[in-house]
Amino acid sequence: MTALIIVLCIILISIVLVQIGRVTELTAQIKGEREVMRDSSKWNGWISLGFLAVFLVSVFVSAWHYKNQMLGYGPHAAASEHGGTLDSMFNVTLIFTGIVFVLTHIALFWYAYKYRWRENRKAEFISHDNRLEMIWTAVPAVVMTFLVVQGLNAWNTVMADVNPEEDFIEIEAIGQQFNWIIRYPGPDGKLGARDYKLTSANNQVGQDFTDRKNWDDVIVGQEMYLPVGKKVRVRIIAKDVLHNFYLPQFRVKMDAVPGMPTYFVFTPIKTTAEYRSELRKYPEYNEPYDKADPTGPKRWEKYEYELACAELCGKGHYSMKRILRVVSQEEFDAWYKNEPSYYVSQIRGKDDDPNKGKVLDIDPVEAIQPAAQDTTAKEPTK
Amino acid sequence: MAHVITAAETLEEKITHELGYDDHFHEHHHGDKYQSNFLTTYIFSTDHKIIGRQFLITGIFWALMGAAMSIVFRLQLGFPEADMAWLQPILGKWIQVNDAGIGKLDPEFYYSLVTIHGTVLVFFVLTAGLSGTFSNILIPLQVGARDMASPLLNAFSYWFFFLASVVMFLSLFLSTGPFSGGWTAYPPLSALPQASDGSAAGMTMWIVAMALFVVSALLGGINYVTTVLNLRTKGMNLWRMPLTIWAFFITAILGVLSFPVLLSGVLLLMFDRSMGTSFYLSEIVVGGQILDRVGGSPILFQHLFWFLGHPEVYIIILPAMGIVSEVLSVHARKPIFGYRAMVLSILAIAFLSFIVWAHHMFMSGVNPFISNFFVVFTLIIAVPSAVKVFNWISTIYGSNIRFNSASLFAIGFVSMFISGGLTGIFLGNSAIDIQLHDTYFVVAHFHIVMGIAAFFGMFAGIYHWFPKMFGRFMNDTLGKVHFWGTLIGAYAIFWPMHYTGMAGVPRRYYDGGASFEAFRHFTELNQFITVAAIVVFFLQVVFVINFFYSIFSGRKLTVKNPWGANTLEWTTPIHAGHGNWPGNIPTVQRWSYDYGKGGEEFIPQYVPLKEGEHDHGH
Repeated sequence: MTALIIVLCIILISIVLVQIGRVTELTAQIKGEREVMRDSSKWNGWISLGFLAVFLVSVFVSAWHYKNQMLGYGPHAAASEHGGTLDSMFNVTLIFTGIVFVLTHIALFWYAYKYRWRENRKAEFISHDNRLEMIWTAVPAVVMTFLVVQGLNAWNTVMADVNPEEDFIEIEAIGQQFNWIIRYPGPDGKLGARDYKLTSANNQVGQDFTDRKNWDDVIVGQEMYLPVGKKVRVRIIAKDVLHNFYLPQFRVKMDAVPGMPTYFVFTPIKTTAEYRSELRKYPEYNEPYDKADPTGPKRWEKYEYELACAELCGKGHYSMKRILRVVSQEEFDAWYKNEPSYYVSQIRGKDDDPNKGKVLDIDPVEAIQPAAQDTTAKEPTK
Repeated sequence: MAHVITAAETLEEKITHELGYDDHFHEHHHGDKYQSNFLTTYIFSTDHKIIGRQFLITGIFWALMGAAMSIVFRLQLGFPEADMAWLQPILGKWIQVNDAGIGKLDPEFYYSLVTIHGTVLVFFVLTAGLSGTFSNILIPLQVGARDMASPLLNAFSYWFFFLASVVMFLSLFLSTGPFSGGWTAYPPLSALPQASDGSAAGMTMWIVAMALFVVSALLGGINYVTTVLNLRTKGMNLWRMPLTIWAFFITAILGVLSFPVLLSGVLLLMFDRSMGTSFYLSEIVVGGQILDRVGGSPILFQHLFWFLGHPEVYIIILPAMGIVSEVLSVHARKPIFGYRAMVLSILAIAFLSFIVWAHHMFMSGVNPFISNFFVVFTLIIAVPSAVKVFNWISTIYGSNIRFNSASLFAIGFVSMFISGGLTGIFLGNSAIDIQLHDTYFVVAHFHIVMGIAAFFGMFAGIYHWFPKMFGRFMNDTLGKVHFWGTLIGAYAIFWPMHYTGMAGVPRRYYDGGASFEAFRHFTELNQFITVAAIVVFFLQVVFVINFFYSIFSGRKLTVKNPWGANTLEWTTPIHAGHGNWPGNIPTVQRWSYDYGKGGEEFIPQYVPLKEGEHDHGH
């Protein structure tokens, strides 16, 4: 029934439009071409000016209104060391493009108004001006050069890989449909070898457990932790299709490609607690987190850094969320110490253990078969 | 109303009779069976004017389809809690109705909608519907040719496009759904049916449709290039060609050079899908299944795709730019400012468009070193684009511009191109792209510059050349309503996306980011965007009604040259037949931009130079 009404409405509106069209044609004929052109010029000229004013005002007002929600503004200063550089580059570009945007729009719509058709006027026959062409070629070229130099400087610094002698943690993020497997290197600080052919239900990462570097590797739970101020190299890869490792507050983004490890190096400089205390100063973040529970915790209190996927990977692309908590070095150490080694807790001594039957130096002295450990991550106190 | 023969037309006839080019066309074609029945006149025609209109109407069909799809997914994004059960009669099983009777859009189909929306609008509407229409209609007429160099290949160009349309349309009805991996079709998602239902039969049909489309584009492109180079009338040297022809000509060269690379990319994808090859696949475990493909790289596809993909966006925008230059100049009664600079800009943009493709791949895992080159060239390409904007604004300066639907859309194009082009400067700088890649900032950029600016160029062309195509005018009041409404509405849709993008909201999220703390606070903004999209959609319906009604009942032309334009297409009879000119082909004595010269409002190209007069076309 609704469908029928909608169809009838569409037909009715079409008829109305056609009639409007015919009426305007008739009145145009009655008025005569000159009068029609005079009216058209006047109306559209004024609307051009009106549009210009409303447009520019809307742009500035809306930008101001939403400012604090955008990354790099308000409480959303970058939580990583390199992030500030990227944000300031954005702002420099914004200033240049903003000036051009305003000036060209004023010129466009003001000239459209000023030089609108009027009777007994003639257009000036100006066909070109080579000097002007040189000026407005050179000036953009200079501005672009400035942006390029600044941009490539930043790019080559941010994207540079770590020096092996540097002090950093390497973790691995493996994207799959539709979640992330995050692997930490354990006390030896090195991620163990992987072979995708070894992937199985019990070995989602495809770790090669004949490599001793894998024996202490940790597969973390829903929340991952990082210590503030310490450089992190994220090794990024995917199992099935393209994904993308995206930490918005840290300005970290890199595709995860099956068969080709990629990386991103960054240093978190704000703990989750510090970021929350910034948010606390803004009214929109003091609203209740859950609209149905007005007395419950506020948005700033429950705010978490989040990992998202930023490359279309299938129908669950929008649901690959992971929490990241940045904490002090002490809190991180306490958490990390309690994270069990995946090999020891899940594989050692079982049928798919390639080292079954051998004695390894990681085995506890008192038993060949270790007792099953509690594998839930323990949260450090905040 | 009858055709009124003006003094200008009598003069034109005299000049063409004396100075025109006599190729004995009608002697050769006396008594031929060309276009002798309904089928060969209106359906399988080889006449470029009919073919152009066929491209236009098919393009309009797909524009409505693509826009309707966007309304459905915008409803999902703006009003995720709303009941979509009313769409079930059209979308069938893709709306899942729960026990409470609330219908929700299937996420897989959401991604199909987004994919097909992008595919059909970029290729079928803004390439075939824009280049295909206007290159076909205008090239022979404006260069002074009887038809294209090969009218038969030209007809095939349309019919391959039609076939591609049929295949794509049929893919919408598959039970596993149409292709859903994004119009960019990146493998492994697009190579592995196990990874997504939409990568099953839907992907195969998408590839077939695209292969047919590439054939169509190449057949058309070869014709356009050959016709412009070989069939110009006497006196029409390259520097006297209108900017429309320059634009269509260079666009065709871009297409001929880049479309085959897309074809190769999708063919290799087909091999990976069906023949066990590993061009794009390596070390994959999908759905618990370990695949034995090794050695390939998904990055290879991205290179092959974007090697076309970037020139493609210039293939879309250059014809629109050419049309805007022409429309502005004619209605401003003033030459296009800086004709030579405009031509050189088109050439610069075309050349540079081939060496910037990997700016779509900054975050794809390619060695960051090579991104340096792509940043440099991408930001360089901003320079000729800026030059063009300044030249258009200078065309309006000092003019006496007539406002009608065509010229208003041309002015609107300049506004949109400024807005959309400037955000490209952010995205082209790789360091800034780290943050903005795959967010709504990108969506805002390409929609403003393609989805609006290129469309505005297309509308300007349709309103301006509708009298040439159909011998009637479109209704100008409805056209102005269409313009102002769409200008305001389109900005209302896409401007806010800059903000969500700057907040980091990723694109291609079914729920718009609602499950992320960082992205979930744009509920009202998303509603605003959706409402604006619905309004703008209905304004396009106004346009379509105006278009089809005017074909049959629009105000008839009474003179051949209603706009007082200089170019040759206005010298044919109002309803030109096969061969365009009944007698001699006019020859060209001057460039096409003598508007307001020496006090004359316009001087057509066929009018000889006066004693001591210089031709500005040099």
